[in-house]
Amino acid sequence: MLSIKYYFNTVLSEIMEVEDLKNLKPIIELVGLSKTYQSKDNTVKALENINLTIYEGEIFGIIGLSGAGKSTLVRCINLLERPTEGAVLFDGANLASMEKKELLKARQSMGMIFQQFNLLMQRTALDNICFPLEIAGVSKKEAKQRAEELLEVVGLSDKANAYPSQLSGGQKQRIAIARALATRPKVLLCDEATSALDPTTTRSILSLLKEINQKLGITIVVITHEMKVIEEICNRVAIIDKSQIAEVGEMEEVFVKPKSKIAKQLIFSKDTHIDSFVGEHKCRIIFDGRTSFEPVIANMVLECKTPVNILFADTKDIDGKAFGQMVIQLPDDELSRKRIYAYLNSNQIIYEEVKDDVE
Amino acid sequence: MWNETVIKMIGIGILETLYMTFLSSFIAYLIGLPLGVLLVTTDQDGIAPRPLLNKVVGVIVNLIRSVPFIILLITVMPITRFIVGTTIGSNAVVVPLILASAPYIARLVESSLKEVDQGVIEAAQSMGANTKQIIFKVLLPEAKPSLVIGSAIAITTILGYSAMSGFVGGGGLGDIAIRYGYYRGETQIALVTVILMVLIVQAIQELGDRWMRRTDKRLN
Repeated sequence: MLSIKYYFNTVLSEIMEVEDLKNLKPIIELVGLSKTYQSKDNTVKALENINLTIYEGEIFGIIGLSGAGKSTLVRCINLLERPTEGAVLFDGANLASMEKKELLKARQSMGMIFQQFNLLMQRTALDNICFPLEIAGVSKKEAKQRAEELLEVVGLSDKANAYPSQLSGGQKQRIAIARALATRPKVLLCDEATSALDPTTTRSILSLLKEINQKLGITIVVITHEMKVIEEICNRVAIIDKSQIAEVGEMEEVFVKPKSKIAKQLIFSKDTHIDSFVGEHKCRIIFDGRTSFEPVIANMVLECKTPVNILFADTKDIDGKAFGQMVIQLPDDELSRKRIYAYLNSNQIIYEEVKDDVE
Repeated sequence: MWNETVIKMIGIGILETLYMTFLSSFIAYLIGLPLGVLLVTTDQDGIAPRPLLNKVVGVIVNLIRSVPFIILLITVMPITRFIVGTTIGSNAVVVPLILASAPYIARLVESSLKEVDQGVIEAAQSMGANTKQIIFKVLLPEAKPSLVIGSAIAITTILGYSAMSGFVGGGGLGDIAIRYGYYRGETQIALVTVILMVLIVQAIQELGDRWMRRTDKRLN
C-alpha cells in the first residue's frame, strides 16, 4: 500500500516538475541586494550582492548558519529591512522604490510567520486571524467568516476562542499560519518557523506548509538553519554563508552533489569523516533519488557475485526517493572490482572512488 | 470635637479629594497618553522614528518632572487664575495637578508600551499595518494590562499631590489635615484624614489590580 502511494507521489511530482518547467514565472527577484549596518565605529555587511530568483509555486529554502544573514535576507524580501543597495522585485514591481502606501499594500500579498509566532496575546485565535483583514479594511463579518475558514484549514476550529497563552507551540504556529494566509497572499515567508518546536510538531507544521503550497499554490520561502527542514519540503535551496549566496540549486542536486564547502558542511554532518577507514579500495555510492525502489547493493552483489563491505551509510528516504551516500569497501581482486564499476556504470548509479587521504 | 460639622467637613473632604484626583487624572491622561505614545513611536527604534521630536518632547517631560510639585503649585498660580479664575479651592488645584502628572503619565505609558513584544509589532508591519493601525490595534491593546496597573499608580500619586495642595488652600482631605492637624494641632482629625487617604489609595490600587487581572489574557 505504502509503496503504491509513494509511487503515485513520485509520478505526480515528476508530472508537476515538467509542468513547472513549462511556466516558470518569477515571483520574487533579488537583484544585486546588499545591506550594511552603519554604526558610529564600524560598518557591518549583513548581505552582499545577493542575486536570487524565486519562482511562483515553489518552496524555496534559504539555509545558513546563524549569523550568515538569512534573517536579514528574508526581511529584505518584504522590506521590513530596507536594503542599502539593489532591487527587490515582487511580481515584477520594485518594492525598494515604492511609496510607503504602495509598499504597505504590497505587503498584504506576502504573509509571514516567525520563530516566536508573534501572535497578539490579548486576542483570541479567531481575532488574531481577523487582524490582517482588519488592516486590509475587510468588513468584520467577512473577516470572521474567512477566519473560521482558515481555522479549518489549519485544523483548529475548536480553538477559535482560545487565547494564545492557552495554546501549545504547534497550535500557536498553526494560528500564525492561518493569520498569514488570511489576506490570500501570493507568498508565505517563514522565518525559522519550526525552530522553536519539537521534532514531531516540526514535521506536522512542515506537512501543513507543503499542503498549503500544493492546494493553494502559494509560493513559500523557508528560512532555516536545519537541513532536515529543507530536505522535507523544499524544491530548491540557496545556501547563504558570510552574507553571500554560496550555492543555489534544486534541492536534490545540492543534496547529492554539494559544491561549496559550506554546503558540504551542512549536508554531511561532522560524523561522516571517513579518515578512519582502512583498506585499499573504497567507493562512495551516491543516492540521488532516482534509484529508490531498487535494492542497489544487494543486486550489485548478486550480479557481480562478489561480497562488499559497507563501511559507512547515510541515506534518507524523501518522498519515496533515496538520498545520501554509502561507502563500500571493494574486494582486492581487480576483476571483481571492475565488474562492480561496470555494474554501477551500466545502471547509471553515481559513484566515486575514495582515496585514503580525502577528508 | 467629633460633632456633626466636623464629620460633614470630612465627608465633603473625601468627595473633594476624589473629585480633584479623578478629574485631574482624567485630563492628565488625555495629555499624557498621547505623549507616551509619541515617545515610543518616535523613538529611534520606534515604528515612526523622529529623533529630534522625540528628544524635544523627552526634555520637556523631564524638565517638568524635575520641578518639585509644591514649587510647581505656586509657580503656575497665574495660569491657574487665568483658567479657573481663582487660585484656591478644588477646581484651582486641578490645573497644577494636571501639569505635574501629565509628564509622569507620559513616562508610565511609555514604559508600558515598550513592554509590547517587538516581534508582534514586526508581524503587524509584515501585514502592511500603518503607524496608526499599529498604535491602536497592537501597542495599546497589547499593553492594556500594564496600562491599567500604570493608571492605578498614577491616580494614587495624583491623590498624594492633591493632599499636598492643602498648603495653598486646595481643599479636600489634605487641606483638612493641614488646617486641623498642622496649624491647630488637632492630631485626631489629622490621623483620621490620613487613615481615610490610606483607605482610598488601597481601594484604587486593589481595583487596578483586579481590573488588570481580568483584562490580561496571558494569565488564564
